Amino acid sequence: MATDEEKGVSGRAEEFLQLFKKGAEFTQELLKENELLRYRLVQLEQRLRTHDASEAQPEQSRKLSERIAELENEKQRILEHMASVERENQDFATRYVEIEAENNNLANLYIASFQLHSTLDFREVLQIIIEIIINLIGAEEFAILLLDDKTQDLTAVATEGVAREDIPPVKLGKGVVGQVAETGDSHFAADVSAYQRNFLDPMACIPLKIKEHTIGVIAIYKLLIQKKEFAPVDYELFTLLAGHAATAIFSSRMYSESERKLSTIQGFIELLTK
Amino acid sequence: MPVQNILIVEDSPTMRQLIAFALKRLPGVRTVEASDGVDGLKKLSSEKFDLIFTDINMPIMDGLKLVSLVRSDANYRATPIVVITTEGAKEDRERALALGADDYITKPIQANRILELARKLLKSS
Repeated sequence: MATDEEKGVSGRAEEFLQLFKKGAEFTQELLKENELLRYRLVQLEQRLRTHDASEAQPEQSRKLSERIAELENEKQRILEHMASVERENQDFATRYVEIEAENNNLANLYIASFQLHSTLDFREVLQIIIEIIINLIGAEEFAILLLDDKTQDLTAVATEGVAREDIPPVKLGKGVVGQVAETGDSHFAADVSAYQRNFLDPMACIPLKIKEHTIGVIAIYKLLIQKKEFAPVDYELFTLLAGHAATAIFSSRMYSESERKLSTIQGFIELLTK
Repeated sequence: MPVQNILIVEDSPTMRQLIAFALKRLPGVRTVEASDGVDGLKKLSSEKFDLIFTDINMPIMDGLKLVSLVRSDANYRATPIVVITTEGAKEDRERALALGADDYITKPIQANRILELARKLLKSS
């Protein structure tokens, strides 16, 4: 028979055992709860990550779209700038060609003018006019006719490509040549390519004028084979010839006359002083 | 930059001036003018030239004779020669090229053509 003391020990042990069981159950529950919470945590973390990603994507996409739009604008601006630079280049190239042509024309005019006034010898002046017409204008057949103030006849004093005797003298005011000399206005054939040589109706006829006084004309009958028509610079050369050639011819004639008179006077003086 | 000498042999002063005027636009170029073939030969014997422009029709000695004499000179066998002709004078032009001329220009002279040829031939020489 168990004593009271033994019963008390057994009761406390039972009580402790119960308490221990409860503790073990509680611990088990806590572990389960912990497991559950960890699972929930993983789930939440996963959801959070998914949520972040889905939140971040449109933002990034928007930023990228904005950047693309910016770059597109920049590209457009660069393309427009390039097109403008290209246009400017084209413009410069055209202007360069124009200036180059203008430069050449001015050089031709300068040389023509320089040569015309480089001598006071009448024959040399005529030769220079011939050279200018051949080399700068590109004519093959032409004549220089001078007006005789007394007879009012225009007579050829120099020719190129045609014999001087073939050029008939022309009365002032008669025909194209006479009209040009009388009016002082240049004449150009309407269609150079269809022109047929006619000494009384030249392809081009330019008056040689000193102010309003015409001293003669240049009559052109044929251009060099490779020259199909007159170029703009030719008209400028004609204008220059109209004035400068006339002055050069007039001055050289005056000089020749004065030289001749001087030598006559000198001859007289020598004769008188002997 | 070394100076390159160009000889212009032409009896017409207008043409000589026109060619010289055009060539002056090239940097480092010096032009010497001669009024006919004999004058040209004198200039050629007194100094070295890198390019020669010569007219064909000239008094005393024409351009064809000049081209032939220049080509027979060992010092000038390789010097470029440009002859100046008229479009109609095809035979003269062909003879000049056969004698050793490198190229030709026709009248009326265009400054652009002179410059184009000078640039090309000075580079090749």
